[in-house]
Amino acid sequence: MSEQRAGGSPRPPGETAPRHLLAVSDLTRDDVERILDTARALSRTLDREVKKLPTLRGRLVVNMFYESSTRTLSSFDLAAKRLSADTMSLRSSGSSVDKGESLRDTALTLAAYDPDVIVVRHPHIGAPQVVAAATDAHVVNAGDGKHQHPTQALLDLYTIREAFDRLDGVHVAIVGDVLHSRVARSLIEALAIVGARVTLVGPPTLVPWEIEEMGCSVSHEIGAIADADVVYVLRMQRERMLPGSAFVPSLREYTTLYGITPDRVRAGQVVMHPGPMNRGVEIDPRVADSPAALVTTQVRAGLVVRMAVLYDLLTRGPAGTSRVRLADPGGTAWNDLAIPAAPPLEVA
Amino acid sequence: MLWRAPAPPVSLVLEGRVVDPGEGLDACLRVVVTEGVITAIEPGIDAAMLLAPAFVDPHVHLRTPGREDEETIATGTAAAAAGGYCAIVGMPNTEPVVDSAAVLGALIELARDEAVVPTGFMAAITKGQRGEELAEMAELAALGAVAFTDDGRPVASPGLMRNALRYSVVAGRPLALHEEESTLSRDGQMHEGAVSAELGLAGWPSLAETLMIERDLTLAAYEHRPVHIMHVSAAGSVAAVRAAKARGVAVTAEVTPHHLCLTDEAVRTLDPNMKMNPPLRTQADRDALLEGLRDGTLDCVGTDHAPHARHEKDAPFEEAPFGVTGLETSFSALYTSLVEPGLVELATLLERMSAGPARALALPVPRIRVGEHANIVVIDPEAEWEVREETFRSRSVNSWLLGERLHGRVVQTVADGRLAHDLVTVGSAR
Repeated sequence: MSEQRAGGSPRPPGETAPRHLLAVSDLTRDDVERILDTARALSRTLDREVKKLPTLRGRLVVNMFYESSTRTLSSFDLAAKRLSADTMSLRSSGSSVDKGESLRDTALTLAAYDPDVIVVRHPHIGAPQVVAAATDAHVVNAGDGKHQHPTQALLDLYTIREAFDRLDGVHVAIVGDVLHSRVARSLIEALAIVGARVTLVGPPTLVPWEIEEMGCSVSHEIGAIADADVVYVLRMQRERMLPGSAFVPSLREYTTLYGITPDRVRAGQVVMHPGPMNRGVEIDPRVADSPAALVTTQVRAGLVVRMAVLYDLLTRGPAGTSRVRLADPGGTAWNDLAIPAAPPLEVA
Repeated sequence: MLWRAPAPPVSLVLEGRVVDPGEGLDACLRVVVTEGVITAIEPGIDAAMLLAPAFVDPHVHLRTPGREDEETIATGTAAAAAGGYCAIVGMPNTEPVVDSAAVLGALIELARDEAVVPTGFMAAITKGQRGEELAEMAELAALGAVAFTDDGRPVASPGLMRNALRYSVVAGRPLALHEEESTLSRDGQMHEGAVSAELGLAGWPSLAETLMIERDLTLAAYEHRPVHIMHVSAAGSVAAVRAAKARGVAVTAEVTPHHLCLTDEAVRTLDPNMKMNPPLRTQADRDALLEGLRDGTLDCVGTDHAPHARHEKDAPFEEAPFGVTGLETSFSALYTSLVEPGLVELATLLERMSAGPARALALPVPRIRVGEHANIVVIDPEAEWEVREETFRSRSVNSWLLGERLHGRVVQTVADGRLAHDLVTVGSAR
């Protein structure tokens, strides 16, 4: 399996690109750069009066969301629509999931509609793997438990690259609840692939045991962010203070020690946050609303990066190629965009 | 204490390399079995097969009563026979829990009806395994309970644990302990370490096992009572058991085939068949388990055979239940992963799978000796086979070895003088 290969190292000859995006470790550095370049090309279409591209016309993208989500679901939905794909969104409430249907059975039911891509958000680690095993569709992991959220990592890389014009050597401090964060795990792996430097900052109880093995350094002092180019702030969840899971004594003490306040941000630093923000807890409102904060830039990046991921999965590799041909036997000028031999994306 | 369905005793001649460490045997011999009893042992010529005392499994989940869709006495004991076992011990965490004479009595009746190999049962230490009140241990022992355990969960309260140890005097049978300090393991899904940090799965630290073992060894020493430690998984736990044995504590310990063969790296695939409790640990832990098996700190191999319905195991890793099957693959897996690479001597493995567990639970020790009831496993050491779902006698297929090619295969099992498993007839009937 692709998980066996260290993330980012070149794919051995003969090994084809994975059909799915389940984890950042599915990607090589070339894959990451190609997706970010595609996203940059697509971003130019956002300034047009008519923002829709016919590239994925006739393709079906299904969103299976077993967890509440505002930005990720809307972002994937809009990304697919901007590329003219049909979309269908299934949420866990009000569906047969509430009647006790297993994930595998739900996936098989949806597979009967012959979707090209299934986007999965699930509270449990390993759910996208179950869907990938049960269907022929390309599966994109939109967050599984505390494991992975690869498109979030890609949009963060995109945002950092737009801000600094490079990724190699950029120093990113990730602050807060790393233990419970799939965003942090994906981002640490993605930053390692592109040669950035990572420092984790947070209370010892919220930094996983032995996470240094992922190639990052760890500090429990907020002063460690001073040296970073990017201060990446994680959401601090209230349930971490519940009895039996007392990771920190209080939000008040957490904020005192690790809250990102204006005096802790140095000129030239940018501040990022995956949202939703707890203003006044992990991030001071004055920082959140300052020009240094790239939070809405990240959301915009999310749209183009997810468009790029859908485009990439459906136009690259043998599986994607055959499905594109099946879906549109006649072929049109627009669909030539999606024909193999990896044509550069032209959206002039 | 062990029950099986009626079956005619077998008469046959088995020939091969006979290895019985307890009898000091390692030679090419012919073993003559007449009406289920070993009547002669003579020099042999053909050493193609390996003959050894049949295996004893101290730790099997037979899922009956309550989850007969996952395993029955009939299917579980057929699986045991196919794995070379002449005796197995079922765990009491069924629905209902085996905590009363009524439930144990019904199980014994079932075993008398359908058990292919002699089968015993452990009963619960506490009523409903709730860790609140002691079960009626004396009555359960009188009916034939092999030992007492709350397996699947720990006895959390040290006070209750101490009383269970004291009261086990009147039962006359040992306590078998699932060691897990639940406030440390919490909702842990895998070993806490570098792999769990990367995958984001909640960690179940070695500490949670070692701390509880140290508590119970201290209590057992204080009360001068024997304890059996189930499925040891961590290096610190092996060290604790070794030190207690050196102090003279009456402790025996068990290890599973999967902990001896795998590490937490196997969890990276997120295959639910790599999800066990206790979890797979690091290479350093595995090395310590191997050393413990070699030096006898770990007395026996127990499969912790834990069948699960396909639809429950075929789920995201975090939703899937803990546990894997093991009865039909234990010898071949350990032969392939430990004996062939030279990590453990064949004689050591055979001892830890037969005499070791029998002694730990005070069951009859299988011996290849004239006058003994025949309890013999016949193994083809040259056989190579692929583990496939269709090969299982067990009603469940949640094996960590699916698709693997293994060396060495059990071809015949004689259990209590009955031919319980016969893959290829290698002996000639007399």
